[in-house]
Amino acid sequence: MSYIIDRRLNAKKKSTVNRQRFLRRYKKHIKRAVEDAVNNRSIRDIDQGGEVSIPNKDISEPIFHHGNGGIRQRVFPGNKEFITGDEIKRPEGGGGGGGAGQGQASNQGEGEDDFTFQINQEEFLNFMFEDLELPYMIKKQLRDATSFEVRRAGFTSVGSPDKLNVVRSLRAANARRIALSGKERRKIRELKKEILTLEQRLPDVEAEQQIVALNEEIKVLNKRIKRMPFIDEFDLKYNNLIRTPVPSSKAVMFCVMDVSGSMTQSIKDIAKRFFILLYLFLTRSYKHIEVVFVRHHTHAKEVDEEEFFYSRETGGTIVSSALNLSADIIRDRYPAGDWNIYVAQASDGDNWDGDSHICRDVLEKQILPLVQYFAYVEITTGPHQNLWLEYEQIREKFEETFAMQTIVEPSDIYPVFRKLFEKKE
Amino acid sequence: MKKREPISTGSEWTFELIQKYDSEIARVAEHYGLDTYPNQIEVITSEQMMDAYASVGMPLNYNHWSFGKQFVSTEQQYKRGQMGLAYEIVINSNPCISYLMEENTMTMQALVIAHACYGHNSFFKGNYLFRTWTDASAIIDYLLFAKNYINKCEERHGVDAVEQVLDACHALMNYGVNRYQRPQPITTEEEKVRQVEREEYIQRHLNQLWNTIPKKEEEEQNKTPRFPPDPEENLLYFIEKNAPLLESWQREIIRIVRKIAQYYYPQRQTQVMNEGWACFWHYTLLHHLHDEGLVTDGFIMEFLHSHTSVIYQPPFDAPYFNGINPYALGYGMMQDIRRICEHPTDEDRLWFPDIAGSDWNETLHHAMRNYKDESFILQYLSPHMIRELRLFTITDNSALSTMQVGAIHDDAGYQKVREDLAASYNIGNREPNIQIYNVDVRGDRSLTLRHFMHNQQPMGESTDEVLKHLHLLWGFDVHLESVSPDGEIVDTNHCPPILQTEEPA
Repeated sequence: MSYIIDRRLNAKKKSTVNRQRFLRRYKKHIKRAVEDAVNNRSIRDIDQGGEVSIPNKDISEPIFHHGNGGIRQRVFPGNKEFITGDEIKRPEGGGGGGGAGQGQASNQGEGEDDFTFQINQEEFLNFMFEDLELPYMIKKQLRDATSFEVRRAGFTSVGSPDKLNVVRSLRAANARRIALSGKERRKIRELKKEILTLEQRLPDVEAEQQIVALNEEIKVLNKRIKRMPFIDEFDLKYNNLIRTPVPSSKAVMFCVMDVSGSMTQSIKDIAKRFFILLYLFLTRSYKHIEVVFVRHHTHAKEVDEEEFFYSRETGGTIVSSALNLSADIIRDRYPAGDWNIYVAQASDGDNWDGDSHICRDVLEKQILPLVQYFAYVEITTGPHQNLWLEYEQIREKFEETFAMQTIVEPSDIYPVFRKLFEKKE
Repeated sequence: MKKREPISTGSEWTFELIQKYDSEIARVAEHYGLDTYPNQIEVITSEQMMDAYASVGMPLNYNHWSFGKQFVSTEQQYKRGQMGLAYEIVINSNPCISYLMEENTMTMQALVIAHACYGHNSFFKGNYLFRTWTDASAIIDYLLFAKNYINKCEERHGVDAVEQVLDACHALMNYGVNRYQRPQPITTEEEKVRQVEREEYIQRHLNQLWNTIPKKEEEEQNKTPRFPPDPEENLLYFIEKNAPLLESWQREIIRIVRKIAQYYYPQRQTQVMNEGWACFWHYTLLHHLHDEGLVTDGFIMEFLHSHTSVIYQPPFDAPYFNGINPYALGYGMMQDIRRICEHPTDEDRLWFPDIAGSDWNETLHHAMRNYKDESFILQYLSPHMIRELRLFTITDNSALSTMQVGAIHDDAGYQKVREDLAASYNIGNREPNIQIYNVDVRGDRSLTLRHFMHNQQPMGESTDEVLKHLHLLWGFDVHLESVSPDGEIVDTNHCPPILQTEEPA
């Protein structure tokens, strides 16, 4: 007799825990792979999952086994030309694939492949942004909560009919009926007991008459119980819904980039990669995120994503134009009470000499008081210019919300990004 | 024989059809006298199949990263199309659980039912090794106990601490087996009670062993007896009972790994026979159904297509040669035994006077019950079979510059080919023979292992890594000595490594 069972609907991801354990153990390797991927991929698929390779020697599980050497007898199939006593040259690379019964293939010689596997996008981003945090996110929470969320909070006995909870109501009705009919039912039980004792005296005319009378009484009592209303206004229970304030989870991110003549294609590319990382990171922290792209040379302009990343322009550089525009946009569209505001600025450090102190002024007065975090990256191989020097002064004043870093080559992007957003105690 | 209506004609399977095929196959299996555990056939998806792969074929197992690694690599290979999944997995339990994949065609499902549910199943129930070493009715319970226990340990002591112990145990898993003692069956309930008793008992006894109160002088003067008095082959058992620093939960984990290793021990020794037996019976059972007209010609063609690819043996110089295919060897030998019984030649009469001309079914059953791979080949590999596979022996002596062809498939070579092939299935030859030799009980508590060398083969390069694991469990220095048959110590490994201050003379 066989039992046939359809297990296809059973839980699938039985190996999830083991897989997580595996990822956990090889975190270091995976992180390195993720870092390489971030630096080498094209902008468009930077957030895809990826392939991770781990050298086999790091991952193998050691067991006792025989090494090379000594005398081995092996039996092979498919002889064509050999006869007893033939001498054969030893093949290169550890013999013909291990003979019969060699439980484990030799992990020497060739076949030193890496152990390669896939991680999905979610895991990839987890590793990418592990240990990073958005600074000072808490400040915004609950302070000026303007949005509410409706939550269930138990049951009430008043409410509108659409919130009626049938199960609770019937349970209450049942309880009420049991409670209110207690006296009658106790009486019935007593009478029944009495009938039982009377029945033992049968046949006896007097007892018979008494039984009839008692039965009549029981009937009356039963009727009284039946008259009890099945459901009463008193029983009705309603789902209770309350409104709870929720912290604002809206964020806006300003990407400010210099596109003047001194910004070469490779510098712009580095800047874009940096912005993409930032964008991905923010989307993980906020449900709703808007991005404002601001590019500038001598004039600043708000543009869409396509134009921001892919069109070219040249000209001189006035950084304050972009800062002014950003400050205006914040004032008009993103009141600081409702929005978490992040600004990231990328430039090669070039600025018109007379402009840098204006930048400082705009930043200190109009932007920094309103934003969560302002990150400046300078992509340059040369010495720092006056913009950097002015910004250094700002950093001293606004240690909490202002950060700046230098990127020299593409491989710096990710480390710099991590430095800007690393968890602070 | 009157032709009957076939059970099905299409390739789609349904549960009704599986039921019908199963009952027909069961009827024929009974006709041939196959004795099986009741079957529990479970239909699963390919993803669940990969899950099953990852937990070494078990329906449940404790959590460990190595299973995750297994899963990740299986998934990767499967998705890239580098490998197909096995058509079935069968578990030595009572009832015997077999998995059918939903992607299989009806023919494949029938093949799997015949192969796993009646072939492997009867092998599990009949073979002496499985009867001796495993308890089919308790394994699922035990795995559940193990999973819960290890879960509890992780909660109490942290995942890392548990992982460390498990890693160490896995490295020594092949040395956690009793080769000569029969374990008695035990239920989960008893297991729980005993576990508590064991904890107390061991902790109390350890103190005896490690007692530092000096004994009488004269006793010391006598040459100090070794501990253990006889070498111990079951390393994990020895550590579980004697390691001085382990906590009781760590001992219990060692025990769990040891028990599971013991459960797999027969499977490692009977691969050729087990697969050969199952292939022989799926072939025989399905052909019987075909003769009765219950399956169509198309069915049998599809069946033969996958059957032949499973039992194909590529020659040694083929690019995809990967050792001797146990399916090919096992199936070939089973069919050969039947041939010897039914149509013996003069050669067979000379080599197998006891079975030539006997009842084939009885002879096969006898072989199935009483042999393991090594002894099965030594007993039944016929010259006919050696010629068919064109087997030859190579002697590879690292001291010489070339390899020698020792014997081939001719009159002078049959005996030697047979012996060499059998020896290659002897676990004692395949794995280094390592035993616990001595513990320096009164000194630095160091543990000395001895590797009794076979054919002068040295230890592999991962030895030091394994010793690190052993060191972790034992807690004190660990030494491994490789000993040649004449008792000379040829090579040593140490953990922690001994720094060589001066060149040995």
